[in-house]
Amino acid sequence: MRQAALKMVHELALDHPKVLFIGSDLGAGTLKDLRAERPEQFFMEGVCEANIIGMAAGLAMEGFVPYFNTIATFITRRCLEQVAIDICLHNLPVRLLGSGGGLVYAPLGPTHLAFDDMALLRTMPNMAIVAPSDAEEMRRAIAASLDWPGPLYMRIAKGNDPVISRPDTPFAIGRAIMLRDGSDVGFVSTGIMTGRCLAAADRLAAEHGIEASVLHMHTVKPLDEAALLALANSTGTLVTVEEHSRNGGLGTAVLETIGDSRLPVRVHRLGLPDRFPEGYGSQDHLLTKAGLDATQIAAAAATLLREIRL
Amino acid sequence: MSIDLSADTSMVRSGLDWRSIDLRQLVIDALEGGGRGHVGSTLSLIEIIRVLYDDVLRYRASEPNWADRDRFILSKGHGCLALYVLLANKGFFPIEELRRQCRAEAMLGGHPERGHIPGVEASTGALGHGLSIGIGMAIGARLKRQTHRVFVAMGDGELDEGSVWEAALCAAKHRLTGLMAIVDYNKLQSYGPKSEVQNIEPLADKWRAFGWEVEECDGHDVAALRTALGTSGRQAPKIVICHTIKGKGLAFAEQNPSWHHKAKVEAADVARMRAALEER
Repeated sequence: MRQAALKMVHELALDHPKVLFIGSDLGAGTLKDLRAERPEQFFMEGVCEANIIGMAAGLAMEGFVPYFNTIATFITRRCLEQVAIDICLHNLPVRLLGSGGGLVYAPLGPTHLAFDDMALLRTMPNMAIVAPSDAEEMRRAIAASLDWPGPLYMRIAKGNDPVISRPDTPFAIGRAIMLRDGSDVGFVSTGIMTGRCLAAADRLAAEHGIEASVLHMHTVKPLDEAALLALANSTGTLVTVEEHSRNGGLGTAVLETIGDSRLPVRVHRLGLPDRFPEGYGSQDHLLTKAGLDATQIAAAAATLLREIRL
Repeated sequence: MSIDLSADTSMVRSGLDWRSIDLRQLVIDALEGGGRGHVGSTLSLIEIIRVLYDDVLRYRASEPNWADRDRFILSKGHGCLALYVLLANKGFFPIEELRRQCRAEAMLGGHPERGHIPGVEASTGALGHGLSIGIGMAIGARLKRQTHRVFVAMGDGELDEGSVWEAALCAAKHRLTGLMAIVDYNKLQSYGPKSEVQNIEPLADKWRAFGWEVEECDGHDVAALRTALGTSGRQAPKIVICHTIKGKGLAFAEQNPSWHHKAKVEAADVARMRAALEER
């Protein structure tokens, strides 16, 4: 997914001189073709994220659209004040491309695990948060980001996740995509969890006769409240699924919207517990530990519906 | 030239001329009207910002976003009264706004905000942000083949921030001769002497080691400031370390940490400040 994102930034840069790429200290050879073709639009600035955010803000004030890529935890936690003041307070079109969103860097431990990135950035006025489901959707999301008027954080997953997005579905930041219709329960998911929710929905239908909707909330902020409330009205039961802490991310955003709406809707949040992830292995290993594989998601939804019906 | 400066003020010998005294009267007007402000941190900056707006910067007060203007960022945003009096004096906004600073619905707040105040390039107040933003602006000018320059004024306490030194590396790497940093080196931070709270000497040597061209001057000497701020770095970004006196112009407030900030400026304080200026 990261390759797709950077390839798309490369394409945008060739077409738009205002598009700049900034890396911190990325892998050798990253975007070397862009560097060769458009050296003025390529920056590799070293391990100094706070400075890079400010520099990107200054460039945006001068009419440029900088795309800054580094590991998600370093682009959120490390320089949060710069993100808040330099980018969000000034409301500038800076793009933050966070690699390894969620548990991608499982073997590297908690310093590299971005389980809180959406929570941190969701509190920032003006910030948009987008978590595509797969590499193809990432391409569409980066293309759509060019004209987004304010700051935007793009959560990049590992890559090689199954492609579940559809080329014929238009992608617009802030517009959720309904991928599956079903009246018993509504999954609301973001990032690669959407693929798992589709698999969970198939399983629910086959094994339990439960018809589940899947609403892909690729944009966690601004939340597509109209799509969410429509789903809440039609199903009465929502299950949010995210590769992120249960605190402050998609599930919390959904609860806030449902709470404000005063609709009598049951919301169940699946996500990571409020602690630093323990253990290494793989992303899949940690996701299963947190109850986030498709089978576990289906079981959680089936249990919830059973409880409600009792 | 590198000098041990703890709280030494011997670098500063200059007196104040009428314009400097008039600008300080405007600062007192703002303190009186708003009832609060960073007094010492403002008064050490007056001549620096005066010389920038009188002699160095290219700008159009009636067209604050003129594309070819020089950009000035007051990174030590708490010294904003010095910026406000110059912007008002130059006609960026009506001078009556000064007396309304910090009041509800005022144009001018306790730190400068871009978009609210004509002539303010960046919202500052959290320290250690301005130099990086200035780097982006200077690179932007280079990419657009524009010739305007970028000036960033920082406080000496602000230099404690690690982000300043990230920016110092970055600006030198890009050889940003269009960027000038200015340090208001009054040797006193909020709690006490700079040398005790967080020593940054040898300051000039540090910047040289980071690849900058360094000039030092008396930050209240208008002629010296004109020379130092008027010429860019030749091969690298330039920093002008301005030796100043916190609270300059008010004898009782000079180098007195209790005058760093006043959350409540009483009528008696205003009278005392005016009397101190008149004594000069």
